[in-house]
Amino acid sequence: MAKVVDRSPLRWWEALYLPAILSGLGRTFRQMFRGNITLQYPEERPEIQDDYRGAPGLVRDDEGREKCVSCQLCEFICPPRAIVIVPGEIRQAAADERSGPDNVEKAPKEFFIDMLRCIYCGYCEEVCPEEAIFMTNVYELNGASRAELVHDKPRLYEIGGTRVDAIKKWKGK
Amino acid sequence: MREDLLFDAAAALVKILIVVNIALVIGAYMSLVERKVSAWMQDRIGPNRVGPVGLLQPIADGLKFMFKEDVVPGHVNRVLYILAPAIVLVPAFLVLAVIPFGPPMQVLGRPVQLAIADLDIGILFVFAISSLGVYGIVFAGWASNSKYAMLGGVRSSAQMISYEVSLGLSVVGVFMATQSLRLTDVVNHQADGTWNCFAQPIGFLVFVVCAFAETNRLPFDLPEAETELVAGYHTEYSSMKFAMFFLAEYTSMFVFSSLVAVLFLGGWDLPFVSQAALAPLGNWAALIGFGAFMLKALAFMFFYVWVRWTIPRFRYDQVMTLGWKVLLPLTLVNIVITGAWQLLAKAGGR
Repeated sequence: MAKVVDRSPLRWWEALYLPAILSGLGRTFRQMFRGNITLQYPEERPEIQDDYRGAPGLVRDDEGREKCVSCQLCEFICPPRAIVIVPGEIRQAAADERSGPDNVEKAPKEFFIDMLRCIYCGYCEEVCPEEAIFMTNVYELNGASRAELVHDKPRLYEIGGTRVDAIKKWKGK
Repeated sequence: MREDLLFDAAAALVKILIVVNIALVIGAYMSLVERKVSAWMQDRIGPNRVGPVGLLQPIADGLKFMFKEDVVPGHVNRVLYILAPAIVLVPAFLVLAVIPFGPPMQVLGRPVQLAIADLDIGILFVFAISSLGVYGIVFAGWASNSKYAMLGGVRSSAQMISYEVSLGLSVVGVFMATQSLRLTDVVNHQADGTWNCFAQPIGFLVFVVCAFAETNRLPFDLPEAETELVAGYHTEYSSMKFAMFFLAEYTSMFVFSSLVAVLFLGGWDLPFVSQAALAPLGNWAALIGFGAFMLKALAFMFFYVWVRWTIPRFRYDQVMTLGWKVLLPLTLVNIVITGAWQLLAKAGGR
């Protein structure tokens, strides 16, 4: 249904433009008292949604164990090749130390994510079979050098923290 | 005799000191008002970091301008480039000389006019001097040797010359009614009768529109036109030279606000209170009048900012059409109507 726009010629008081200008002035004047919608950033923070794709981080399970098993899928899928993983050895003694914080599988020896290359696509989170890497709500990344923005393993675990899942894959293993 | 001369000189010096300082402070704080009001109209907060609610922002800005590197690009015409900011700023301040800020005071038993120079030809002086400001802008545009500055300068000269005509003619009605070009006479005439904004609505309207065009303010800020010309005529300027253009714009805004107050809004006259009723208060009456004048001028300064966020920039040919085909005939009609009215009143009086 086409909408017919009224294009009848202006009446004489409309052609003066003054009534329109006055009503515009009234509009802007009222706008002054509407309060602000801006945030005072460093003091006030925006609310970040749960599915926000911020800096990726590695997570531990509720027993404090690393969930990452160095499968390197994230390293391979990463479009800008920001991830570098150096796999560790499978712990021989793992079966005897069930209560300890050690992994059952091989944990990564080193895990680097170059945040200068990361494009926050979230493929690493999506591809991870162990649910060990997650996009977090960390959005403030800055450093005084390039090296500072290559996140290493301790930094990644600091960002990721502990994540308690319903599925306890390694429980009792 | 010599004492009179000494007293006049001292009074003039004190008045110059006060007026120039008022203009500088208003110019500086107008930049804050502009940013604050803009922010409010856009649901923002505006500057609020320097001092309480950002009140020290102009001082921070001033310091910043002073310590910034003063870049003189290699491709400019050095003499005109350096001269231009001064030529813009000086006329803006010179015009303040004839504006009456309040009724006469009594100091040491002598009358003192609250205007630096109460010239017989007050308004002619204003138009003569304020037109000089356009030279600075044209020089700036020409000397910068850059296309954006050049276009800004060209637009500015065409616009200011066009609107100068209507500006001058729009106040003719006022002076036909007052029978004097002296600005204090204009105020006294309004104090006795009605304010000119009611007696001369057409002249008032045209003067206000032309005041916006003469000060290069939106909706007629084509010489600057950020979206088209980077920054217009002051694109190549930095540091204190840029600040001088800035200050000149705000000072001429204050000048035109004062002129609107004096010519059309009754100057220092308070509504519903006759000057005779205030006379017993002596010098306090002068101060109240000064307050009333400043209130009117500052309200018009606010109006400048208010209009800026209400009406978008005109297209260049629209500016010219409005100036030559609408405002100029309107001023002529106004003059004819005023003249006819006076003739009729005279005939009726006899």
